[in-house]
Amino acid sequence: MTSYLRQLLTAARFLLLATLVLGLAYPVVVFGLGQVLAPAQANGSIIREAAPGSGASGTGASDGAAGAGTAVGSSLLAQPVEGHEFFYPRPSAVAWDPASSSASNLGPNSPALAEAIDASRAEVAARENVDPAAVPIDAVTASGSGLDPDISPAYAALQAPRVAKANGLSEAQVNELIAHNTSGPLESFLSQPAVNTTTLNLALAALAK
Amino acid sequence: MDLNVLSFATQVGILLVLLAVLHQPLGAYLARTFTSHRDLAAERGFYRLAGVDPTADQRWTIYLRSVIAFTIVSILALYLLQRLQGILPFNQGMAGVDPWVAMNTAVSFATNTNWQTYAPEATLGFGVQMLLLAVQNFLSAAVGIAVAVALIRGITRSQTSGLGNFWVDMTRTVLRVLLPISVVGAVLLVVGGVVQNFSGTPITTIAGQLGQTVPGGPVASQEAIKLLGTNGGGYFNANSAHPFENPNAFTSLFEVFLILLIPSALPAAYGRMVGDKRQGYTVLTVMAAFWLISTTLMAWATAAGAGVGLGEGFEQRLGVAPSSIFATATTLTSTGAVNVAHDSLPPLAGGLLMLNMMTGEVAPGGVGSGLYGMLVLAIITVFIAGLMVGRTPEFLGKKIGAKEMKLVALYILVTPALVLAGTAVTVAIPDLAAAAPAAGPHGFSEILYAFTSAANNNGSAFGGITSSGPGLATLLALAMLLGRMLPIVLVLALAGSLAQQRKIPVTAGTVHTHGPLFATMLGGVSLILTALTYFPALALGPAAEGLVK
Repeated sequence: MTSYLRQLLTAARFLLLATLVLGLAYPVVVFGLGQVLAPAQANGSIIREAAPGSGASGTGASDGAAGAGTAVGSSLLAQPVEGHEFFYPRPSAVAWDPASSSASNLGPNSPALAEAIDASRAEVAARENVDPAAVPIDAVTASGSGLDPDISPAYAALQAPRVAKANGLSEAQVNELIAHNTSGPLESFLSQPAVNTTTLNLALAALAK
Repeated sequence: MDLNVLSFATQVGILLVLLAVLHQPLGAYLARTFTSHRDLAAERGFYRLAGVDPTADQRWTIYLRSVIAFTIVSILALYLLQRLQGILPFNQGMAGVDPWVAMNTAVSFATNTNWQTYAPEATLGFGVQMLLLAVQNFLSAAVGIAVAVALIRGITRSQTSGLGNFWVDMTRTVLRVLLPISVVGAVLLVVGGVVQNFSGTPITTIAGQLGQTVPGGPVASQEAIKLLGTNGGGYFNANSAHPFENPNAFTSLFEVFLILLIPSALPAAYGRMVGDKRQGYTVLTVMAAFWLISTTLMAWATAAGAGVGLGEGFEQRLGVAPSSIFATATTLTSTGAVNVAHDSLPPLAGGLLMLNMMTGEVAPGGVGSGLYGMLVLAIITVFIAGLMVGRTPEFLGKKIGAKEMKLVALYILVTPALVLAGTAVTVAIPDLAAAAPAAGPHGFSEILYAFTSAANNNGSAFGGITSSGPGLATLLALAMLLGRMLPIVLVLALAGSLAQQRKIPVTAGTVHTHGPLFATMLGGVSLILTALTYFPALALGPAAEGLVK
């Protein structure tokens, strides 16, 4: 009995020591290294609108420097948008709220999923003024995180005419922005081409100003 | 979204080459770690402060008592501190955790399962995440490795009762193996885009919406050990589908690499420790074959079952190939991290993920648990082979007698009993079954997946199920606890029994436990055991859904 109590005491002391090293020192060291080696990423790939009068436009590239303008979001996270002048991200089970994240977790044969897909398809078709059959799959399916900022090039192309018109830009200008905000060739090969709606919308807003 | 076969093959090839190159050097390092007689200065400090005598050679009962004492203390600390979150520092304004959720989470993280019945963003502050959960990610992984090492010592030693010292094995695993690799892994993840900070960033969205905050937290440090220790508990609810945990296709591949790194190096360590590298190669070959076949089947089942098209639950930046590779690795090990919503995958793909866990997660398996699971299967194979040729079975010079076979047989029965009994009870009680809202076979699949995941200490889920109610939270916690501790008891008893035997010499009649013939037999035995046990249950769930619809 006493030897069992002694084991419990050893275990408690061991856990306390481990907590100091693994729970405190380790994350703080990684924090320090992150701030030195890759501060922009470590701090959330925050993108900032150029400070008024600075002349530079706040396009895609994320910078870690504080105070370089108003933080408008993270280049890694989708944002809710409303209106014809924006590219829409994929459907989200959490309404693109960065304080949460979730998939719909609906089964592949779920009637609720089929209804949601049909509703999204009708909505996108009406918004883009196209045939429902022309709507790509990523436009009507909720992402795994609910925060996926990326869409397929097909969905971007579908939205381009509407966005160009609403912003008073030519389709060529918008297509150029899409190309600028599409994943690189290696990344596209490993997964699939992806157009980042968050950085794309920011670049669009800067150009339309 | 479509499967790019070339991309898939390239990534599988990259993983195979990297692990083929690294498994021997890392295995040699692991073997040295557990056979060295020298302690590092930091380790001596640990022993002094914890009151451990590092020279004490523990018999199996004492080794087990240490494992159990450590698990009890961990569960109690996790439970109490979660309950007290509201008055503890670094809580981000979060209140104390609900008692059922706290209980389930405490068991979950202390058993290397990391089943998450809570949404972290709405439940836990930085303090609980980093001081409790991330710490258990290291320690529960180290327990698995320690038990595997104790089994290897039982095989190699003779006429002794000592299996080594649990506290020394824990300390060395953490300080020499898990911590250094995690620091490097975490920094690389940060470079790839994973966040590591201690405050969110308030934003005004591009569309002008106020009041949103980009979340922050010590994510990368937790992410690295979450994968390296085959834990799987996400910092965020969406786990490795969340852009801050897994920002792109490169990090996704790197995360799979971290999952497979230690489990695939442990066979090499085993081979060296038993003084016959061929033993390690044989085990690793079976693991690699299972992994390759299952990964390929997963990509096929996903692409072939696409239905209206793949997209629901997928991330555009991750796509089909990275998701298939990740989902297979996470269920063939005890990880349970996810980068795609498993619940929304085509039925046969989801069924395959269940089958992966049902094999006992041995290809290459959880850190430590994969190796000891595979060694138990190897002993069964030797037993069956012995019956075929009419010889008393032996394994690496140790007789496999009635006592050893009883322990091994119990090991094989424990997990399926927990999975099937848990599923049956839940399905039979309407109040519990209501936790899975999906109708028909898919609802059954959600429940079967939950118990398969819990009893095998995986932690991934068909996320449609709600497991935070008292009934299911308790049943799943029991499955996790018994699914972790009973196999450990049996493995340590087996190790103790083997260690006491005298080594018998190899003769012309010895069944060799290396080479292609034994590897094939081992693979076959593993498959047949799984198939006989689980196919009826799989037929009611994913098979029914996949074939009927």
